[in-house]
Amino acid sequence: MDIFRSHVLVCGGTGCTSSESPKIMDKFVEEISNAGLDKEVKVVRTGCFGLCEAGPVVIVYPEGCFYSRVKVSDVPEIVSEHLLKGRIVQRLLYHGETKEIEMSLDHIGFYKKQKRIALRNCGVIDPERIEEYIAFDGYKALGKCLTEYTPQQVIDIIKQSGLRGRGGGGFPTGLKWQFCANEKNEQKYVICNADEGDPGAFMDRSVLEGDPHAVLEAMAIAGYAIGANMGYIYVRAEYPIAVKRLEIAIGQAREMGLLGKDIFGTGFDFDIEIRLGAGAFVCGEEMALISSIEGHRGEPTPKPPFPAQKGLFGKPTIINNVETFANVAQIILNGPEWFASMGTEKSKGTKVFALGGKINNTGLVEIPMGTTLREIIYDIGGGIPGGKAFKAAQTGGPSGGCIPASHLDTPIDYDSLISIGSMMGSGGLIVMDEDNCMVDVARFFLDFTVDESCGKCPPCRIGTKRMLEILERIVNGQGEEGDIEKLEQLGENIKNAALCGLGKTAPNPVLSTIKYFRHEYEAHIRDKKCPAGHCKALLSYVIDKSKCIGCSACAKVCPTGAISGKIKEPFEIDQSKCIKCGACIGKCKFGAIEKK
Amino acid sequence: MISLTIDGIKVEVPENTSVLEAARAANIKIPTLCYLKGINAIGACRMCLVDMIEGGRGLQAACVLPAANGMVISTKSKAVQEARRINLELILSNHDKRCLSCVRNQNCELQKLCEELGVEDVPYEGKSFDRPLDTGSASVVRDPNKCILCRRCVAVCNNVQKIGAVGATERGFRTIIEPVFGKSLKDVPCVNCGQCITACPVGALTEKSEIQNVWDAINDPKKHVVVQTAPAVRFGLGEEFGIPVGTSVTGKMATALKRIGFDKVFDVDFSADLTIMEEGTELLGRIKNGGKLPMITSCSPGWIKYCEHFFPDFLDNLSTCKSPHQMGGAVIKSYYAQKAGIDPKDIYVVSIMPCTAKKFEKERDEMAVNGLRDVDAVLTTRELARMIKQANIDFKNLPDSDFDRVLGESTGAAVIFGATGGVMEAALRTVADLLTGQDLKDIDYECVRGIDGVKEATVNIAGMDIKVAVASGTGNAKKLLEAVRSGEKEYHFIEVMGCPGGCVTGGGQPIVSAQDKLNINPYVLRAKATYAEDAGKPKRKSHENEEVKLLYKEFLGEPNSHKAHELLHTHYHARPKYQ
Amino acid sequence: MKSLQELEAIRNKTLSEIDIRKKGEGTRIVVGMATCGIAAGARPVLTALVDEVAKRKLKNVTVTQTGCIGACRLEPIVEVFEPGKEKVTYVKVNPDMVGRIVAEHIVNGNPVTEYTIGYHEENTK
Repeated sequence: MDIFRSHVLVCGGTGCTSSESPKIMDKFVEEISNAGLDKEVKVVRTGCFGLCEAGPVVIVYPEGCFYSRVKVSDVPEIVSEHLLKGRIVQRLLYHGETKEIEMSLDHIGFYKKQKRIALRNCGVIDPERIEEYIAFDGYKALGKCLTEYTPQQVIDIIKQSGLRGRGGGGFPTGLKWQFCANEKNEQKYVICNADEGDPGAFMDRSVLEGDPHAVLEAMAIAGYAIGANMGYIYVRAEYPIAVKRLEIAIGQAREMGLLGKDIFGTGFDFDIEIRLGAGAFVCGEEMALISSIEGHRGEPTPKPPFPAQKGLFGKPTIINNVETFANVAQIILNGPEWFASMGTEKSKGTKVFALGGKINNTGLVEIPMGTTLREIIYDIGGGIPGGKAFKAAQTGGPSGGCIPASHLDTPIDYDSLISIGSMMGSGGLIVMDEDNCMVDVARFFLDFTVDESCGKCPPCRIGTKRMLEILERIVNGQGEEGDIEKLEQLGENIKNAALCGLGKTAPNPVLSTIKYFRHEYEAHIRDKKCPAGHCKALLSYVIDKSKCIGCSACAKVCPTGAISGKIKEPFEIDQSKCIKCGACIGKCKFGAIEKK
Repeated sequence: MISLTIDGIKVEVPENTSVLEAARAANIKIPTLCYLKGINAIGACRMCLVDMIEGGRGLQAACVLPAANGMVISTKSKAVQEARRINLELILSNHDKRCLSCVRNQNCELQKLCEELGVEDVPYEGKSFDRPLDTGSASVVRDPNKCILCRRCVAVCNNVQKIGAVGATERGFRTIIEPVFGKSLKDVPCVNCGQCITACPVGALTEKSEIQNVWDAINDPKKHVVVQTAPAVRFGLGEEFGIPVGTSVTGKMATALKRIGFDKVFDVDFSADLTIMEEGTELLGRIKNGGKLPMITSCSPGWIKYCEHFFPDFLDNLSTCKSPHQMGGAVIKSYYAQKAGIDPKDIYVVSIMPCTAKKFEKERDEMAVNGLRDVDAVLTTRELARMIKQANIDFKNLPDSDFDRVLGESTGAAVIFGATGGVMEAALRTVADLLTGQDLKDIDYECVRGIDGVKEATVNIAGMDIKVAVASGTGNAKKLLEAVRSGEKEYHFIEVMGCPGGCVTGGGQPIVSAQDKLNINPYVLRAKATYAEDAGKPKRKSHENEEVKLLYKEFLGEPNSHKAHELLHTHYHARPKYQ
Repeated sequence: MKSLQELEAIRNKTLSEIDIRKKGEGTRIVVGMATCGIAAGARPVLTALVDEVAKRKLKNVTVTQTGCIGACRLEPIVEVFEPGKEKVTYVKVNPDMVGRIVAEHIVNGNPVTEYTIGYHEENTK
């Protein structure tokens, strides 16, 4: 094995891949070879670094230089200056919120407050080489479990760590394992739920792309703990890179005997297969997921029986989410006390969030439980673009709710989020500013659930549709008195009556926005106004006659011919023709056109 | 035993009892919609929600909630009432509410629930389905706009019949129960058994009505309209007029048919006796001459189509006999036509069947002689009831009358054709007499009676062990045939009926609501009436039927003769599952 | 995989290879690789250092390059940074000197005094 003095890590996550990181990687290989450095400098494709906003990202070790938004044309410069002459290419370094140039990622605010456990190897190792995972203590935890601990001891460690399910429900992982271990059955199964479906959430994808072995190892540990010899990873087919890396990882683990028969000579057998999901949101629900693996339509079934009693093919089964599994090996290696020392009283360890929406640093962050929303948004996320005012943060995806500014300082954990009407969910965090209409946000999420409902129970299948119809009326300016109450009544009923977790949580985006932003609903219904100036049907574009000089620029750009007037005299917009596209505003140099 | 409290009443039930059943044990009624005892318990419709006061949290579906010690449950808390009502309102908001013209009007479980839950208005406007009806099948019409997605049809088709012709497709609000890829029922391996229709709580699944064709024929002076009624119809028809389940209405039915205006009222029971002569002879021939065994009955067209789709390797095992009403039709248009001096072209044969698959069967290419269809129209028991109502006949108070002669006599052996095991028993009665050459008295073959899905027996006749098996429902047939195919089981003779329980619970029979099925088993009651009628018949063996004997003497010659083959036998062909 | 020892062997073998990505405060050997350094022969020195470190399977040691250190006349310059210790600067280094630097300084902790800048400056006055 060759030793290289420098490693160039190119992000191979999905985000950076779509912004041409494979070409950047090829260019590095070419340029390094041209410079005769190919024996000294190694190019490695890694998983996601998290700061997707800065992508494509390249990190050069040993300095840890964090180059952001790298283009193929930048590569020769990095090679000749940095790799050959040791002169860091300042202009490409990531500029944080402070506008100060940061050389190393360790100093960037985005990373400073993070604590990376689940994402520990993402962006550090080559996910397609099992040796690199092993070098970072990979499979050591499995070895330790198999040789030093009884299955019950493993379960006890997980219990003591306080790890809770990262898929959203927050059920204590150790307890789940215990229930399944208690069942007497020759055949049991371990399932990894990688059916990440919340819009905007991609932490599971990143773990699978960046550190697939962490999941495989944890699944084997879980198998040992509960007495299962078979595991399935249910991953959506639209994650091709994750699927490919998982396939490679499983192949390598089998080849090394870390999966298969008689692992570490202990007589423990465990193997893993991949099952591809077709991307139905409801298949993230565990019973629906099981149904899908069995070859049936992905539909939830009532619980009890729970999967731990009667799961896949009727056998006792545990289902854990990718991120949950990604914590397991670290807990085994560092001890449950180490893990439990992080976080809040009832929520231990860290949580990965996918930051999106109106925030400067979009991307993935892993923070200790109990970090406040304010820290996440302002310290890690770099605040809101354009210095606009924070309005709300949406967590928990379509099952979650909107958190208003008054709760910015709430320490985030499973229980606090529920108490303020949202939920952890899988960790999507979408930031909204003053320009976001909360009624429309609710409509957006409900629209998603209406489409993704499995259609089995009427409250979810029909109830959410009726709620959506009411919301659509409201944003179109056809809201009526009593609509809010109807939404509340329907929403509460769906929460009470729906069959599965998806249905029971579907009204949350609506109910939480009504709770915190009722005035916005009222403004739409009573005043026929959208306070955020977002809902097109409630907007009108007007020309301020005192500012208009009659240049006709707006009339020329108007696609429907709604603007007319005499040159050098104020123009006018015909509201019956205006389609509210906003093209005129962009063209007016005098600020004469207003949205009202 | 498990002890729990429901609405303040202490209830003791065995383990593995659902809260729904536990409540019933305490005479507490919980509304249901998707639940169908023994067939569908999936907690989907949310109508049976109950409030968990202790031993659990929130509202739970009683049909799938296992009763547990110490549970305290309310079935009528405010939360429950509100949830059920809103739920029902939601279902109604996407349901074609043209109840007045729906065939299930007044026999609709959704309608009944609205009454019971006090739903008076639908407070939700919005989109509702406007989808095309699937009228492609000869037997079953699917109306997606009335479907409430309870999935009882899916459960019966998939889990009981093991066919899976329909399932849920699409997602969310667009979810629909339909054949795969949105195909028509005619292009998938639907066997037309109609079990989905009797499972449907609303009017989303109905038989393809031929009532108008029959009225048109009756009103056509040139047509000589002959009707024949299947054995099982008389044990169900009364239910449509408020007569208790399990009452035989043979005499009233014959009177009603005459009053409707049929020119002749014959009985398929006659043809059933004829079938036994043909099939019994065929069986003995196969046994003696080393023919293909086991021989399998061919009376049930649902079963035949199932075999053609799923077990084409067993086609040679099927008896070549046409089903009884097809034999009846062929005989009417030949023997009867000749005897009555009527041009067979002017005869219009109507079969009243407990079956929807017969509608398909009568249209098979093979079911014609000399270009004339054996049977021109098939009505289900339910359609006959509708015709009787349309004719303003006071069915309940009708006097009894008998079938018309020449094709109206029947024996007890024919009567029991309607219950699973009946054809087998009828055949054994005749085969035993033929083999022993005696008039045996011990003719109650209890071993092939009853509701079990698969029944087996070895019957010793004249020193010969005849191994027989009976299956009802295509799911059970599948099980049985797989055992035969693998060599695990060997038989001489197998009876298969496409519907579980046989024709008395056929897909064309009156619909018993899911709530009523909690208390009664229609099969048990209708079969009881069947065997009682058999026991009361003066003749109980097919070969004793004088009119059948006369038919052979005057027209056919002997069983399995060349002429009999021409008129009464058929053939089968493998069918692809999807078109 | 039949034993933990086997796993450990793979770990150790790979670790030396990717050690530089660990955040540990290991020893850094820095070679001046600006135009002046390269002109004075820094490339072979860098290569020799990399080879030597690899050959000895040294952990927590990185070899890296830097720009012009400012004393162009003394190039090739190699600086060794060890946690908690004063920086040692070697001047006019050639590949033949690399073996001693690594063996005596990096492995055994004794800087090679006669190659250091101080010694050089003292003895060339």
